[in-house]
Amino acid sequence: MALPAPKQDVTDARLAAMTLPEGGVWARSAREDALARVMAMGLPTPRDEYWKYTNPTSLVAAAAPEAALHENDAIPLYDGIDRLKVVFVDGSFDAEASDDLTLEGVEIERLSDVTQMDIHWAKDLYGVLETNGQKPVERPMAALNTAYATDGLVIRATGQVAKPIALIYKHESTTSDAILHHVIRVEEGADLTLLENGPAAARFNKAMEVDVADKGAFHHVRAQGRDHERRANTHLFGRLGTESVFKSFTLTANGRLTRNEVVLELTGDDAQAHVAGAALGDGDFHHDDTVFITHDAVNCESRQVFKKVLRNGAVGVFQGKILVQPGAQKTDGYQISQSLLLDDDSQFLAKPELEIYADDVICSHGSTSGAIDEGALFYLRSRGVPEGPATDLLVLSFLAEAIDEIENEAIAADILSRLEAWLARRRS
Amino acid sequence: MLEIKNLHVKLEEEDKQILKGVDLTLEPGKVHAIMGPNGAGKSTLSYVLSGKDGYEVTEGSATLLGEDILEMEPEERASAGLFLAFQYPVEIPGVGNMTFLRTAVNAQRKARGEEELSAGEFLKIVREKAKSLKIDADMLKRPVNVGFSGGEKKRNEILQMAMLEPKMCILDETDSGLDVDAMKLVSEGVNALRDEGRSFLVITHYQRLLDHIKPDLVHIMADGRIVKTGGPELALEVENNGYTDILEEVA
Repeated sequence: MALPAPKQDVTDARLAAMTLPEGGVWARSAREDALARVMAMGLPTPRDEYWKYTNPTSLVAAAAPEAALHENDAIPLYDGIDRLKVVFVDGSFDAEASDDLTLEGVEIERLSDVTQMDIHWAKDLYGVLETNGQKPVERPMAALNTAYATDGLVIRATGQVAKPIALIYKHESTTSDAILHHVIRVEEGADLTLLENGPAAARFNKAMEVDVADKGAFHHVRAQGRDHERRANTHLFGRLGTESVFKSFTLTANGRLTRNEVVLELTGDDAQAHVAGAALGDGDFHHDDTVFITHDAVNCESRQVFKKVLRNGAVGVFQGKILVQPGAQKTDGYQISQSLLLDDDSQFLAKPELEIYADDVICSHGSTSGAIDEGALFYLRSRGVPEGPATDLLVLSFLAEAIDEIENEAIAADILSRLEAWLARRRS
Repeated sequence: MLEIKNLHVKLEEEDKQILKGVDLTLEPGKVHAIMGPNGAGKSTLSYVLSGKDGYEVTEGSATLLGEDILEMEPEERASAGLFLAFQYPVEIPGVGNMTFLRTAVNAQRKARGEEELSAGEFLKIVREKAKSLKIDADMLKRPVNVGFSGGEKKRNEILQMAMLEPKMCILDETDSGLDVDAMKLVSEGVNALRDEGRSFLVITHYQRLLDHIKPDLVHIMADGRIVKTGGPELALEVENNGYTDILEEVA
C-alpha cells in the first residue's frame, strides 16, 4: 500500500541522507529488515494519531536542527556512586574516557564490534523486541534506529552485577545527530542496574531492548541532561519473564523536545514492571511520555507514575496504555499522570488508556492537572518559609511519588539534589 | 504585644463583611481567650492576623510589638514572631516533617539575620522538644501531617511552635478533635511555653481547654466584634448558660 504523499516525502528525504552501516551477516539482515519496516510504515508526520500532541517534524528531518551546548556540571550525576563508566560523545564511543568494559557478573561489548561478527547471541534480540513493539502501534523511529544505529552496548548480565553500569552521553557538537542502540539480556536470576546521564547530541535517537529472563531484575535510572536545545526520541523495549522485575525512572529537566517511549510486555507470571518519570520544563520545553504496557501473563503488577512540572509555556504530554490480554488474570495495573502547572501559559495533554480482556483484574488510572495548593503554600509561609522556597518544597512534594520509584537510596538522593538545584536556579 | 484597633475585614471575593470593628490589646506574657458562636469571625481574625489570602482589611489596624503586620507577607509576620496553630493542619506528602521543621526554623533565623542551625544542633533540639510532646522518631520522619491522627496533628503544631519560639501565639481551636488525654498533652506543651515575653490568643468553643490553659482574660466575640470581656469566670458562664444570655445582655 502506498504511503500518503507527505509521509513518503519525509521518509524519502530522511533515508536519502543515510547509509546502512556495514556489518556481518546477521547484523546486515537485521538492518535490512528494519529498513523495510521503515519504508512500509513511513516516518511519522504531524497527521499521525500517535503523534497528535508532539510534532515529529524536527525528529524526522534529514538534518538535525542545531542545538547550543550547555556547560557541563561541575559535579557529574551519580558522582558518589561506584559505577562502571561508559562514555559516548555525540554518539561516538570514547574509549579514553570510559572504564575497561570488564565487570563481574556481566559481559559488555560494543554494538559496533558485535555487528561485525558473523554470528552473535544478540541476533536473537537486536530489533526483535522493537519488531514486537510495532504492534498494535507503529513506532517507525525505533525501526529507523535498528536500521542505522552506529553503536551502543550489548550487555549480558549473568549474575549479580558487581556495580551499576553508567552510560554517559556527552554533547559537544551543535549539529550532532546520534543514533545508539543497546541490547540487554538479563539472564535467569541476574540483577543489573543501568544508569544513563546526559543530553547525548543535538538530536538523539536511542533504542534499548531489554530482555529480562525469569527471576531476573533490571533497574534503570536515567537523566537526560541540562541542555536546553537538544532533541531526543528514545525507545525502551522490555520483555519480562516469570517473577522478573523491571524498574525504570527518568528525570528530564530541560530539552526543547523529548519523546520517550516505553513498550513493555509481561510474558511470565508474577512479574513486576514499574516505569516512572519526573519532568521539569521552563519555557521552550516539550516533553512526551508515551508508554504501552501489555499484560500477557497471570498475577503481574505494573505501575506507571509520571509527573511533570511546567512553567513559562512548557508543554507536557502523556500517552499511557495498559493492555490486559485474555487470560492475564490477577493483573494489578496502576497508572497515574499528573502535571503541576506553575502558570497559565503551560500545557499538559494526557491520554490515559486501559484495554482489558480479562475479568479478574485490578486496574486504575488517573490523570490530573493543577496549580500549587494555596492552602499548603500558606501553611508553609505562615511558618516563615518565603514563597519561593515554599513553592519549591511543594514541587518536590508533588514529584515525590515518582522519585520514590527509585529503589537505590543513594541514586534517589542524587536525583533529588538535581531537582533541588534546578528549582533553586530558577529562584535566583 | 498585639494591638488590634477597630479592625474591619471583608471577603475579597464577595461583598461580605466578617469583622466589624475588633479591638483587642494583648500585653506581653498574657493569655487571652476568644470564645463565641459559630460564624462570629474568630477564625477569620486568626487568618487575617497571619496573612492568609482572600481577605480585605477595609478599616483599622493590627500591630505586633508596634509594627504594622497587615502589610507584611505571611513569612515576614512569622519571622516577626507571630505563630498560628491551625485548626486543620495541612498535609504535605513527600516532605519529611523534619525537613519542614528545619526549613522553617532556618528561614526565620535567616530573615532575622541569625546564624542557621546545623543539622546536628537542630536534631538535638528537635528530639528534646518532640520527646516532651510524645512525638516519636517515626512521626518526625513521616511526611508532614500525612497519616497523622487528629491528636498527632495538633501535637505537631505545638512542636512547630516550640521550635519556632514565637512571641505571639494564636491557637485556633486547637482543642477540636482532641480526646481528654491529647488535650492534656497539648495544653502541657503550651503551658511549657508560657513566658513573660510570650503572649497567647486562644480561640476555642469550650471552656474545658481553659481549665488547662488558664487565661488572664476571656473575650466573647459575636457578629464580627468583641462584645464582652471578663475574667476566666466568663468562660464558665458560657459553659453553663451558652451564649444566648450574654448576647441578649449586650444587645
